[in-house]
Amino acid sequence: MTTGKNGTTSLPVYTAKDFTSDQYVRWCPGCGDYAVLSTIRKVLPKLPFKKEDHVFVSGIGCAARFPYYMDTYGIHSLHGRGLPVATGIKLANEDLQVFVVSGDGDLLSIGGNHTLHAMRRNIDMTIILLNNKIYGLTKGQYSPTSELGKVTVSTPRGSVDAPVHPAAIAVGAGCTFIARCIDVDGKMLDAVIQRAVEHKGTAFIEVYQDCNIFNHQAWFYASQKDSRPETTIDLEHGKPLIFGKDRDKGIRFNNGSPEVVTLGDGITEDDLIVHNEHDRCLAFVYSQMNYPDFPEPLGILYSDPNKPSYDSLLSQQAPTGPAKTDADFQKLLLGNETWEVN
Amino acid sequence: MSKTDDRSFQCPEGSTTLESAVIRFSGDSGDGMQLVGSQFTDTTALFGNDFATFPDFPAEIRAPRGTTFGVSGFQVRFSSQDIHTPGDVVNALVAMNPAGFKVNIADVEPGGIVIVNEDEFTKGNLKKCEYSEGYNPLEDEELTTRYNIIAVPMSRLTRESLADSGMGAKDMDRCRNMYALGIIYWLYERPLEPTIKYLNEYFGTKKGKPQIAEINVRALKSGYYFGETAELFPSRYCIAPAKHEPGTYRRISGNEATVLGLVTAARKADNEMLYASYPITPASNVLHGLARLRDYGVTTFQAEDEIAAVCTAIGSSFGGHIGVTGTSGPGMALKSEAFGLAVMLEVPLVVVDVQRAGPATGMPTKTEQADLLQAMFGRAGECPCIVLAAQSPSDCFEMAIEAVRLATRHMTLVILLTDGYIANGAEPWKVPDFDSIPEFKVKHPKAEDLPEGPFEPYQRDDESLARPWVIPGTPELTHRLGSLEKEENTGNVSYDPDNHDKMMRIRAAKVQSAATSIPPLEVHGPDSGEVLMLGWGGTYGSITTAADQLRASGRSVSSAHLRYLNPFPSNLREVLSRFDKIIIPEVNLGQLSMIIRSKFLVDAVGINIVRGRPFVIDELCARVIEVMDQ
Repeated sequence: MTTGKNGTTSLPVYTAKDFTSDQYVRWCPGCGDYAVLSTIRKVLPKLPFKKEDHVFVSGIGCAARFPYYMDTYGIHSLHGRGLPVATGIKLANEDLQVFVVSGDGDLLSIGGNHTLHAMRRNIDMTIILLNNKIYGLTKGQYSPTSELGKVTVSTPRGSVDAPVHPAAIAVGAGCTFIARCIDVDGKMLDAVIQRAVEHKGTAFIEVYQDCNIFNHQAWFYASQKDSRPETTIDLEHGKPLIFGKDRDKGIRFNNGSPEVVTLGDGITEDDLIVHNEHDRCLAFVYSQMNYPDFPEPLGILYSDPNKPSYDSLLSQQAPTGPAKTDADFQKLLLGNETWEVN
Repeated sequence: MSKTDDRSFQCPEGSTTLESAVIRFSGDSGDGMQLVGSQFTDTTALFGNDFATFPDFPAEIRAPRGTTFGVSGFQVRFSSQDIHTPGDVVNALVAMNPAGFKVNIADVEPGGIVIVNEDEFTKGNLKKCEYSEGYNPLEDEELTTRYNIIAVPMSRLTRESLADSGMGAKDMDRCRNMYALGIIYWLYERPLEPTIKYLNEYFGTKKGKPQIAEINVRALKSGYYFGETAELFPSRYCIAPAKHEPGTYRRISGNEATVLGLVTAARKADNEMLYASYPITPASNVLHGLARLRDYGVTTFQAEDEIAAVCTAIGSSFGGHIGVTGTSGPGMALKSEAFGLAVMLEVPLVVVDVQRAGPATGMPTKTEQADLLQAMFGRAGECPCIVLAAQSPSDCFEMAIEAVRLATRHMTLVILLTDGYIANGAEPWKVPDFDSIPEFKVKHPKAEDLPEGPFEPYQRDDESLARPWVIPGTPELTHRLGSLEKEENTGNVSYDPDNHDKMMRIRAAKVQSAATSIPPLEVHGPDSGEVLMLGWGGTYGSITTAADQLRASGRSVSSAHLRYLNPFPSNLREVLSRFDKIIIPEVNLGQLSMIIRSKFLVDAVGINIVRGRPFVIDELCARVIEVMDQ
């Protein structure tokens, strides 16, 4: 028995099965979404909330089919519009735990504007971006996170627009919790989700997700066991930035910019950047560290536990609940100036 | 402050008694014409006349001074009788500059009074409104014989009256509008006290600038005494208070009424409400009004765009607070995909469309009623929804309540159409007794309220065809809603062909079932006859007045006004059958007429005038006669 969020001591013990709906999962076999679904079904029982307090909201896309597979409250809404719908849900009931699960097209293309504003407002919710760097459901067009020159069905000669990096958008929008995980690393995703849900504000988790039909192995450099230690760096608050199979490489600042260095030969751990979760400038630096020039930072890039959430500010200003008991509706209708006719 | 209506009111000897008068104030958009117009209206309301207003201003905040496109106008008609329109023809025009004169003079009746600030009729200003070189309308004999033009050196006189105030020229000049108002108050025998009180409260108390209050009050009084002493007017005019039903009255505009209607509806539904919108002319002040009413159970949210606004309202409804959004034509177009979502999810969503002249950006501050077909059909697929339309400023109150009642009863989208003219126009409103407004409490079922067995989110009520409004946080009833087609009752995603056909028809039937709780259509005038003038929206005043006028001249004409456009009142077909000809005047190119023709197979004739302003009664009557005499 655990103590629930509102101090109730009657929280049942849940298992992953309690969060599994009766719907047949329709993702392609081998899709990275399966791993994420499994992780999320397993992490929800660990959270101090009742099953009926979770709401999963999505837009449109393969990733956006997510809510149907969770036995929680959920809405599968419109392409790009998951975030405003989620905002409305949270404003109606701030005790709900709201999750938005969507893809790179949904959150960064058509939904880009809403992503910017949700993060700016810092509404208390968790956004999980399943980034497969492609449009899956519509069969293979390039997305705002696809690399320059990508040859796809809509760009047979290669795309000529450069991608955005989600973490950079998040930093720019003032997001107060920014994390990055890989679909196959359930352990890290589990820990990050727990931190994200705890965070009072918008928590953004980018997940490197493999679309094995339309963009297979796009993240292999990061997800494969042998390459991962060289191409990624697991961040730990308070620890220096060290990576590599033999932990022989690090990142230090050279005249304000990050630089990859090899330890030894005069360079020690003391020269390296020490990860500080609360440093926004550092978060921006991480968002600029991209493969192949840098190892890509994974884990919690940034967290600001102090910035108040939109919903908490709103309720501090004035209660958002029912009318006050002394609200005089007749007086409201009469207004400031009346006249009598006898 | 209230004034008791004295039924034994007598017009003073020596003044001319009029049944009604139409005054139009005009000047630059920075000249305070809206302020003097609304002050005159408030004073007139307290005096007890029936009134109707028509503010007419440019979209720009401060258009270039002296230009014709920068002219801001405020027309008010007031009467000792029951009136419905702000008047076709102006009896007294106040023109603070040549541009105001040029734009408005043609609307003044022959022999009408035109009070101008002659100090502004300079060479430079005349040039700005593109009068030809050397021409001054004040010296044009044709104009001076046709109208009673009274040229007053208002700028000089205002400054003279404030000379010892110690204020700068700019501040003194800003009081010219009050000087003009003072003259008009004298001319129409209005009391000064209400405006003096307002000026002291607004500038003195609220803005903390008592010196500004003082000079405005002085300018007002000076204008009044000028009227009295200058002997420029043949007479003063008296318009006695009207005989209204007994009760407590206030002035109300359509947007104000919409605000009060929505907050009342939330209370009557016993449910909180979220109003999410994006600023857009002429709907923005619904957001402003509701933003001040957090203590009354409504929260407001200014979204980043129109689509975010409507989606937030939808999310709020799913979460358990009644979702409402407001906009104008362009915003409706942006929101259309989300409207489909509301219809598919079957959550309550109320949308207020304060129509304006389109298409695209159109004329933001001019009125029109060309969104009817968009409200009926402007969505992907077969996507029917309930459509309502308010017919006057005060009717927005009742129709806003109806919109919320129907949206929550049937778990669907309700579009309430109003327009810029009734949104900004004002009229007297007999304030209802709040407690006697019927309740329509909303229910959020718990597991024990529902039948045994697994929960089916789309199991319907037999009468309303609505699904149960189960909200997140309710134990044992977890379910998912989605924008994909769904299986009957269970709500699971379904591509089954027969199911889709069935679901289309169920959604359509649900909207039509709203007809059981709406009032029948009333006919104004004889129950049957040669012509029925049928209208909807803000044209109620002009159509009713035109029909009354035609009847008075011996024509067989009745009128009726639809407030429920989808579904129609169930007696509409029968009403139409009682008349030989149906004439449908609209401020669009024929939208209700298209629907009536197609649905009832009647050869309805449209009268379509799309000028960005309300109908001119005489023109409407002439067109009806043309059709009748064909």
